[in-house]
Amino acid sequence: MLNIPLKDYFRETRVFNSRLSAAAIIMAILSLLLVARLTYLQILSYRHYSTLSQANRVRPLPIPPVRGLIVDRHGVVLAQNYPVHTLEIIPEQVDNMKSLLAELKGLVRITEGDEKSFRKQLRERPRFEALTLRTHLSDEEAARIAVRRPHLNGVELQARLQRHYPLGGLGVHAVGYVARISDQDLERIDKTAYRGTRHIGKLGAEAAYEHLLLGQVGFEKVETTARGRALRTLERIAPVAGQNLYLGIDARLQAIAEEALVGRRGAVVALEPVTGTVLAFTSTPTYDPNPFVNGIETDAYKALLDNPNKPLINRALNGQYAPGSTIKVFFGLLGLEDDRFDTSKPLNCPGHYSLPGSSHVFRDWRKGGHGVIGLHEAVVQSCDVYFYRLATAVGPEALRDFLAPFGFGARTGVDLPNESEGLLPSPKWKAARGQKWYPGETVVTGIGQGMLLATPLQLASAVATLANSGVRVRPHLLLAQQDAKGVQRIEAPTRTAGAIELRVRAHLNEIVRHMVGVVHDNKGTAYRIGWDAPYKIAGKTGTSQVKSIAQGAAYVAEATPEHLRDHALFIAFAPAEDPRVAVAVVVENGGHGGSVAAPIARKVMDYAILGRVQPPAKPALRSEHEE
Amino acid sequence: MSVPAATGLKRLHLDKTLFYALLVLAGLSLMVIYSATGKNLNATGAHFLRIVLGFIVLLIAAQIPPQTLERWAPYIFAVGIALLLAVAFKGVVGKGAQRWLSLGFIRFQPSEIMKLAVPMMAAWYLSRANLPPTWWRLALAALVVLVPVVIIARQPDLGTAVLVAAGGFFVLFLAGMYWRVLAALAVAVAAAIPFAWQFLHDYQRKRVLTLIDPQADPLGSGYHTIQSMIAVGSGGFYGKGWLNSTQAHLEFLPESHTDFIFAVFAEEFGLIGSLLLLGVYLVIAARTLLIAYMAQDTFTRLLAGSLALTFFINFFVNMGMVTGIMPVVGIPLPIFSYGGTAVLTLMASFGVLMSIHTHRKIAEM
Repeated sequence: MLNIPLKDYFRETRVFNSRLSAAAIIMAILSLLLVARLTYLQILSYRHYSTLSQANRVRPLPIPPVRGLIVDRHGVVLAQNYPVHTLEIIPEQVDNMKSLLAELKGLVRITEGDEKSFRKQLRERPRFEALTLRTHLSDEEAARIAVRRPHLNGVELQARLQRHYPLGGLGVHAVGYVARISDQDLERIDKTAYRGTRHIGKLGAEAAYEHLLLGQVGFEKVETTARGRALRTLERIAPVAGQNLYLGIDARLQAIAEEALVGRRGAVVALEPVTGTVLAFTSTPTYDPNPFVNGIETDAYKALLDNPNKPLINRALNGQYAPGSTIKVFFGLLGLEDDRFDTSKPLNCPGHYSLPGSSHVFRDWRKGGHGVIGLHEAVVQSCDVYFYRLATAVGPEALRDFLAPFGFGARTGVDLPNESEGLLPSPKWKAARGQKWYPGETVVTGIGQGMLLATPLQLASAVATLANSGVRVRPHLLLAQQDAKGVQRIEAPTRTAGAIELRVRAHLNEIVRHMVGVVHDNKGTAYRIGWDAPYKIAGKTGTSQVKSIAQGAAYVAEATPEHLRDHALFIAFAPAEDPRVAVAVVVENGGHGGSVAAPIARKVMDYAILGRVQPPAKPALRSEHEE
Repeated sequence: MSVPAATGLKRLHLDKTLFYALLVLAGLSLMVIYSATGKNLNATGAHFLRIVLGFIVLLIAAQIPPQTLERWAPYIFAVGIALLLAVAFKGVVGKGAQRWLSLGFIRFQPSEIMKLAVPMMAAWYLSRANLPPTWWRLALAALVVLVPVVIIARQPDLGTAVLVAAGGFFVLFLAGMYWRVLAALAVAVAAAIPFAWQFLHDYQRKRVLTLIDPQADPLGSGYHTIQSMIAVGSGGFYGKGWLNSTQAHLEFLPESHTDFIFAVFAEEFGLIGSLLLLGVYLVIAARTLLIAYMAQDTFTRLLAGSLALTFFINFFVNMGMVTGIMPVVGIPLPIFSYGGTAVLTLMASFGVLMSIHTHRKIAEM
């Protein structure tokens, strides 16, 4: 009223009060309506609804669907279900919980952990819900409960299907596992679809294809006693089982890759270049997913977390490594394409390189250098100086722009959750973060060091792109899905993620020729695996530096702590002329790519192409040419 | 009640009648939630905490003088709109609807703010000039109401949209919107129904159809209504007794501790209990109406009146839904239903009402 001087206060009050009265009258009428309705329901129709309430002893009970199986490409079972007897209690129907538990303890073994978990559920779940007291009852234990059950109010004996991974840790980083539905899960899932279901895919294909594996919940109408115990089934809507999934993985190939990596931290990813199908997807150490299904015990979980080798980390998907010299094949191709660098002229490698006007020395891995060297030898012998100069000539943005279409610095889009992106830096990228790009970074990027990071999956996808004539295919695990009626292939087995634009297509063949040289030339850094190979391999070794070495100092593997030693890398595809498999191998702190990573790749390729691993014909030669 | 206690409450800018009625509601709701969740102490404890937090919010809101609220109204409204848009573009999708905004540590529904911000803004705008408002001012005020309502309805959150729309509409109504405008509006709404039908989500349509004939789809959309009517009806005159609701405990009644909690209450405490509870709600509604009647300037009386009527509509729609005379819209029973941030908004609005009442310049008894 102070701010509006011309207000007609009385008229306003009159208007307002009349409206308020009108509202009050309407409110009174509506309230009477409510009273009338309540009276009608609770007095006049009491008998009707009371009868219905009694009849409501017919309860709809959910029947959980059977989760789909996960099998490898040949049908080897990776994840299955098997029935276990579980002892469950509905608290509301229990007269005296204390004496009931005491009695049950006399019948079956109930550990402290069982009881602790049961009490936790007792606090958190509704009283009318069946709570699990014990799983995996033996037949004898189940029989003992069954005999006593008529006298045990609130006790239920259920045969529930439980997820089981028969091969244990084999392929765990691809298959993943299921575990109990958590509170966070409950917030995002459709609770109706999960009625009666207690587990949900947490990692790997189990999580990525949760929607296919789950199936549809069924219902049955059950007549129950006043306290809710089931008497007989009146009606049943059958559940629909989840789809069975065929993964492209070959369990035997997977086992070969895991055996080859045993005792090491590392990853192997093998792809079919034309389709992008994942043939092997390994990260070591592995771990057994089975304890996770019903909630892993705290101590066991802590042991996994505290293990210095970090088995829970999915190195193939989330391990981000400097690609090291493996990047040279891509930059070699860039050198052929880019006019700013002349690949037709050999250049001299004195064993070190410095930027003009700088005293900083970038060393070659080989002390005296490689001498006068062309692109072919530079790739075959993995000459660092050649690629220092190539990178400097084309400049950092060109390096970035050429790597991006191969999928570096971006998720491959594989059908697994939580994939890492790697890192593809450039001056623009750094500038956007307020950082300066130093000329030296361009130099080291040329040999795959510096900030550049890639996951083993990205490396496999990139080398598969070379194998596939420059067409990038999205890597995927799922090969086919099968419902109750039969096999259905997935609609688009090949999903193209892009193609590499080249000025001259023949450049691609040329770089492949150089890659073949890496393995089959007697000066090649991976000649160790090439000399007795019955098929042609195109590959590239890499040794990525973990610890920076001071100017003028030398790297001595034996004198360096294990976790600071170089990572060993190898990327390859074979047969070179008609690629059927592309592989990326990373061995953390493994040492040389040629001596450590390449033999692992060879075993994988042997099996993928020959169907068996060829034993070495004679003691592996120790080559001075190994980078 | 002793006199010192009353003066104590008054010094805190609290209204005795409202305060005690709210305490009664809170106590009853804890009892019923304990029963409806199957004696789940965690859930009951969570509701208890939310109510305690609600009373703290109420206490704070009651200290803010209405003049300050009047000054803040446009800003609060602007922030609310901005948050609503943020939700529309960046919100967290939960249960198929995009209503939540995550602040990292807490998730909240900006639409809740609008329950207070819209009537405040409409009251602020209309109190700038003489009442009744001109056509032009009325149209602008209607726009102020409609924009947030449309955004909220699209989330989709029909329940909150209805309450926000009601809050805004009541301001317009109390400001003296002409009866013929009201009549025209009623005709327009009736004419718009076939069009609005097109924009409703499938599940929303089903709920309206269910009201007309719940038996049409007894295991689908009619299920809620049928089961809740059985719960209420089978309670009879005296009820089945506390903790004895078979409808809830045997899981026939969905949402038994949230939107349909009144059904559990009516089943356990019968007609006597239902009428008593209705009585407590009516006491609160009557008291808030009285506060609106006694308010001393245009802004506060419009705001108080709107909050009073919205509160009434809130519990009336919920009880109507449970007893099968209103469609199933997701409107919880105020203070009583478990969960959500609605308790906090409601308690804030009671705080505002108490502030309006206790900050009057001429003290009355």
